[in-house]
Amino acid sequence: MTTPAPVPPFSDALFALTLGLLLLAPLAIAGVALLNTGLGRSRSAAQSLLGCVTNIGVAAIAFAVVGASFAGAPGHAVRIAGKSWDWIGLTPLLLMHFNTLRPEAQLPVLFEFLGVGMLAIIPWGSGADRLRLPAGCAITAVLAGGVFPVFAHWTLGGGWLERLGTDFGLGAGLLDWAGAASVHALGGLSALAVVWIAGSRRGKFPREGLATAMPGHNAVYILFGCMLAMVGWLAWNVAGAILWLRVPPGGLAMIAINTVLCAAAALVATFTVTRTRFAKPDASMCANGWLAGLVSSSACAAMVNPAEAILVGAIAGIAAPLLVELLELALSIDDPSGAISVHAVGGLWGLFAAGLFAPRPGQVVGQLVGIATLLGFVFPLVYLLFTIVNRVIPFRVEADGERLGMDLHELGGGAYPEFVIHRDESYR
Amino acid sequence: MKYAGLLVMPTGFFLTLAALILFPDAGMRATFVVCGVAVELLGLGVAVRGHMERRTPEPEHARGAGRR
Repeated sequence: MTTPAPVPPFSDALFALTLGLLLLAPLAIAGVALLNTGLGRSRSAAQSLLGCVTNIGVAAIAFAVVGASFAGAPGHAVRIAGKSWDWIGLTPLLLMHFNTLRPEAQLPVLFEFLGVGMLAIIPWGSGADRLRLPAGCAITAVLAGGVFPVFAHWTLGGGWLERLGTDFGLGAGLLDWAGAASVHALGGLSALAVVWIAGSRRGKFPREGLATAMPGHNAVYILFGCMLAMVGWLAWNVAGAILWLRVPPGGLAMIAINTVLCAAAALVATFTVTRTRFAKPDASMCANGWLAGLVSSSACAAMVNPAEAILVGAIAGIAAPLLVELLELALSIDDPSGAISVHAVGGLWGLFAAGLFAPRPGQVVGQLVGIATLLGFVFPLVYLLFTIVNRVIPFRVEADGERLGMDLHELGGGAYPEFVIHRDESYR
Repeated sequence: MKYAGLLVMPTGFFLTLAALILFPDAGMRATFVVCGVAVELLGLGVAVRGHMERRTPEPEHARGAGRR
């Protein structure tokens, strides 16, 4: 068993500030939930938002019951080639030890507890319009009770990825201080696994011709979700910087500014790309660009100066709409919320950029090891686990349910009972 | 093909781990870590390609083959 690094005591003011920020962070989850709902169809809107709420609930329970035990420190380590590889946390189940922790050691658990809520709704958005509620809950239980805690232990709980710096001289180890790897990249890769297993929406890829355009049903939800997400993201990034990087109060405002700059540059870049390609800017693509900028800021806002933040955000904003198009038109991947482009690619790009701009030698290699772990170990594992879950609880709704809409099929009533709901034929 | 790609991806990860354990030299280690990531991307590419093949509709003449 390895002992965790001692946590320096917080002043009361710093503790109160961090706790206050963490209590604002769920606004980011609310923003992403609104975005997911707006990007889906009107006949699945209630099921989509209800799914977000139930997934957050399942995630909270799964993480509290078993997940926090695997994520926490101290952990269990094995010795390979003379180095200690800490791979899993070993704290009591059901957060039994929580009250015995000092206040400053309780805050990282709360941070992870909120992170798992965000993680839960990312793949749910990608499975919109065909993923069943029980399947969404099962996916969330697997992620929140098993995959996230182990990976979060590696990156945040004193695990081997966090110790790459001390053990192998790779900068400060994998920098995952605001959940870019353990929440966003993991969520985005899980979204890819869900989309592959559940398949595309009925009529999305006809036998002949191009993919059918199925635009989001409510641009107001989508854009308001973006604004809400920014408030939560600011709180999340600043709280993460205090907790994991021990940034002094003098450096916190710069992290907030960099967060906004990343998102703003990404939005401007997406606006420009879509206006150039389609003659008019695309609202839902711009929202995805904004979110991609926020996701990349989760990895690098504490390591970059404002000019670099603009560069990182702009690249994320250029990549997001092009990838959405590439996935849909060239690769036959039906991702209604754009989570793969936004969370997976935005997160991985942010992690790489953090290594590129961090002042420590070897940091970029440390970040690449983290990216390699996500792509080469976590993604195949998630795909395998989801395939098994799909055998027990089928992901995809029956054809009739998809035709009726998830609201009527799963809930017995629609989100907009007084409005006309569009049929499949209207998309052709 | 999709599963072949998914099996190639962990190979890249183990290459990365091997680089950490076997090479104390920073340059060699970085080279092998980059190679590991490249192998993973190759595997991901194969998996995506496999997914596309599954989506391609079966040709009309092949569907009834062997049944008559």
